[in-house]
Amino acid sequence: MSAPFLEFEGIGKSFPGVRALDAISFGVGAGTVHALIGENGAGKSTLLKILSGAYRADEGLIRLGGKERNFRNTYEAIAGGIAIIHQELQLVDNLSVADNLFLGHLPHRFGCIRRGTLAREAERLLRWVGEEINPRARLGSLPIGQRQIVEIARALSYDAKVLAFDEPTSSLSGREVARLFAVIRQLRDEGRVILYVSHRMEEIFELCGAVTVFRDGKHIETFPQLETVTKKDLVRLMVGREVGGLIAPIGTQPHGGVALDVSDVMGPGIARPVTLSVRGGEIVGLFGLVGAGRTEALKLIYGATKRRSGRVQANGRPIATSTPTASLRRGLAWCPEDRKAEGIVPMASVQDNINLGVRHRFSPLGFVIDPRRERRNAKAAVERFRIRIAGLSQSIENLSGGNQQKAILGRVLSHKVGVLLLDEPTRGIDIGAKEEIYGIIRDLAKGGAAVLFASSEIPEVLGLSDRVYVMREGVLVGELTRENATADALLELALPQSESAS
Amino acid sequence: MKTESKRAEWFRNLWDNGGMVILFGALFVFASLTVNNFLTQTNLIYSLGLSVTTTGIVSCGMLLCLAAGDFDLSVGSVAAFAGMLTAVLLDRMGGSILAVPICLLACSCIGLFNGIIIASFGINALITTLATMQIVRGLAYLLHDGNSLGIGSEVFASLGTHSFLGLPVPIWTFILCVAAFGFLLHMTVFGRNALAIGGNREAARLAGIPTVRTKIAIFTLQSFLAGLAGVVSAAQQQLGDPKGMVGLELRVISACVLGGVSLTGGIGSIHHVIVGVLIMGTVQNIMDLKSVPTFYQYLISGAILLAAVLLDRLKRRSVA
Repeated sequence: MSAPFLEFEGIGKSFPGVRALDAISFGVGAGTVHALIGENGAGKSTLLKILSGAYRADEGLIRLGGKERNFRNTYEAIAGGIAIIHQELQLVDNLSVADNLFLGHLPHRFGCIRRGTLAREAERLLRWVGEEINPRARLGSLPIGQRQIVEIARALSYDAKVLAFDEPTSSLSGREVARLFAVIRQLRDEGRVILYVSHRMEEIFELCGAVTVFRDGKHIETFPQLETVTKKDLVRLMVGREVGGLIAPIGTQPHGGVALDVSDVMGPGIARPVTLSVRGGEIVGLFGLVGAGRTEALKLIYGATKRRSGRVQANGRPIATSTPTASLRRGLAWCPEDRKAEGIVPMASVQDNINLGVRHRFSPLGFVIDPRRERRNAKAAVERFRIRIAGLSQSIENLSGGNQQKAILGRVLSHKVGVLLLDEPTRGIDIGAKEEIYGIIRDLAKGGAAVLFASSEIPEVLGLSDRVYVMREGVLVGELTRENATADALLELALPQSESAS
Repeated sequence: MKTESKRAEWFRNLWDNGGMVILFGALFVFASLTVNNFLTQTNLIYSLGLSVTTTGIVSCGMLLCLAAGDFDLSVGSVAAFAGMLTAVLLDRMGGSILAVPICLLACSCIGLFNGIIIASFGINALITTLATMQIVRGLAYLLHDGNSLGIGSEVFASLGTHSFLGLPVPIWTFILCVAAFGFLLHMTVFGRNALAIGGNREAARLAGIPTVRTKIAIFTLQSFLAGLAGVVSAAQQQLGDPKGMVGLELRVISACVLGGVSLTGGIGSIHHVIVGVLIMGTVQNIMDLKSVPTFYQYLISGAILLAAVLLDRLKRRSVA
């Protein structure tokens, strides 16, 4: 392997309240496909965005062929030979293939497009990637796999030296994946630098020669020779291996009756009906790798997405309609994984966010607002969960992830809650706040609430749960008691069958 | 932020929350000093005051709409329809004042229809209200074969001309609307929910807010207000006119945005509406008093709106 052509050195990036990337340093050599792996939010996408000029790093630098390059915007990055092939293609469906290939730099003379040159060049590029595509075809009429090849050919029209693929196979068929891999291998052999982000271990072992693992915005490890590691090791690095220590185990406590009873729930994102139950005072983990359907399952139980079939009972009473309003009325609450999109109203104050959807409970006639009680409710939540704010009227946007999460918990628990669903309750939250959140969850269970939390972090699942359900590829595949739940047992269930062998 | 002194922060707050109020104050003082006949009772009440009532009444509803992240283009047609319907009903019912509640009910139904299409079926508000804008305009024409219809009822006319405590009834109507909708937006669960929906619709829905019901109510109220404005205007002119109120929707949205209501939802306050409506009315009034030709008035109104939104954008950028 040659000396690294692309080098990241001490790259760091923060968003309000979140450290998205922290001191990322590693090198990527030409002539090999370099995989980037990690859970959602681990920092892979942020790094690609910095590479492509969409974001600017707070600190650190990028070297390309030994020269320091920090792109200020995407144009500079493209001109510098960087191409990112995204999950969602950046192409225009209603233009021809040729027009798409030269989108942004159409060959022209006196402002008129040179049709002849365009057609010739387009054919040359398509031949290069070895694809039989009519350059005059409307892009939208092509199957998705061919569109992706067009996107790659477009990158070659700029003569990109670095191509980064962000989960390129997520919507491709098996045959299309094989085509794509052939093209990627060809690019590799031409001596280009290839970064490859994927959650699919099989693909990584089939295609890639090196791998870098991210977790929580940190560079965990880089293996320049993929052969030296096993799939299981990689997954373990992704989900965290320091089991124990972080969370002190507590003695089991007697549990009450069944508080959450889910039977045969089906809906989008789930491959087979989900049946599970949680007793009062019990903390149950829902473990799975990315794409296993944890988030989808919780959303279906809460009614955030409509259930196609199945029943949900909370606190002994059925929830007839699958809507958040109906669930909350029965004391079934939920906290989202994606706080920004689904949890908070960004421009509103902390107080408003805590009272969101709750205030009718303490408003006279359920209609007129009582400012004193609004304040009191918000203040109670702030004190109970020790939310660190400058004042109740502060905008929630500027809070750290942990404090936002606590504010959402404060809102949710302003309802009379018997069952609490939490989706990745500590994602994007720093270590101190994590422990506070764990404490809150334990106190809730001690108070008799049933807690079902989804997580992809093994230490969190093992440290917190009385019992664990495991999901794999949209199916609830198993259940482990506290005694049987070990990192190995979890991974055994969570890894796709064909992969767990190695 | 941290390095900012207390005083600078105080000024920033004042500017953020009351920038437009200050601008209006300045405009008012400027006009009082330099424009003849501006600061007279007749001008302020009968020219300025009466000229802003229609826009003002409808703006109160548009505030809710915009706060929730939507807007309603059908208000001009609904107002014209309301004037026509009242005139026709008064004619048929021998001048019975019952015509007014019937008309307001009919207008509310139009809003209910808008709301159901937009909230329950998830159709874009722009398209939906663009369609009802034309449908309702057509209905207004159909009511009397495309002709306007005079109103003879004196009881009804007094709604437009009668004064109470020195102010004409239309101005009182505006004031009542401001009070009612200010209360609705700021002091009720419904109003706060509307703002939350505009701020982040998905988060609002997931927090258990009945988003569909809230939106339907907003559009119903909006059409009710448009109907009310149409009735009041018909009473002033003693005429139902199917060709009237053209472009009202744009004047209303302009006034709201001018005052500081966000077009993308989530930000809005009743004082924005008051100030926006008053600035627009005052500029119009000054131009009338100065006998600025109508064609130039268009230029100036447009430029002011553009300046206001640019100012708003600058303000937000400096905060971020």
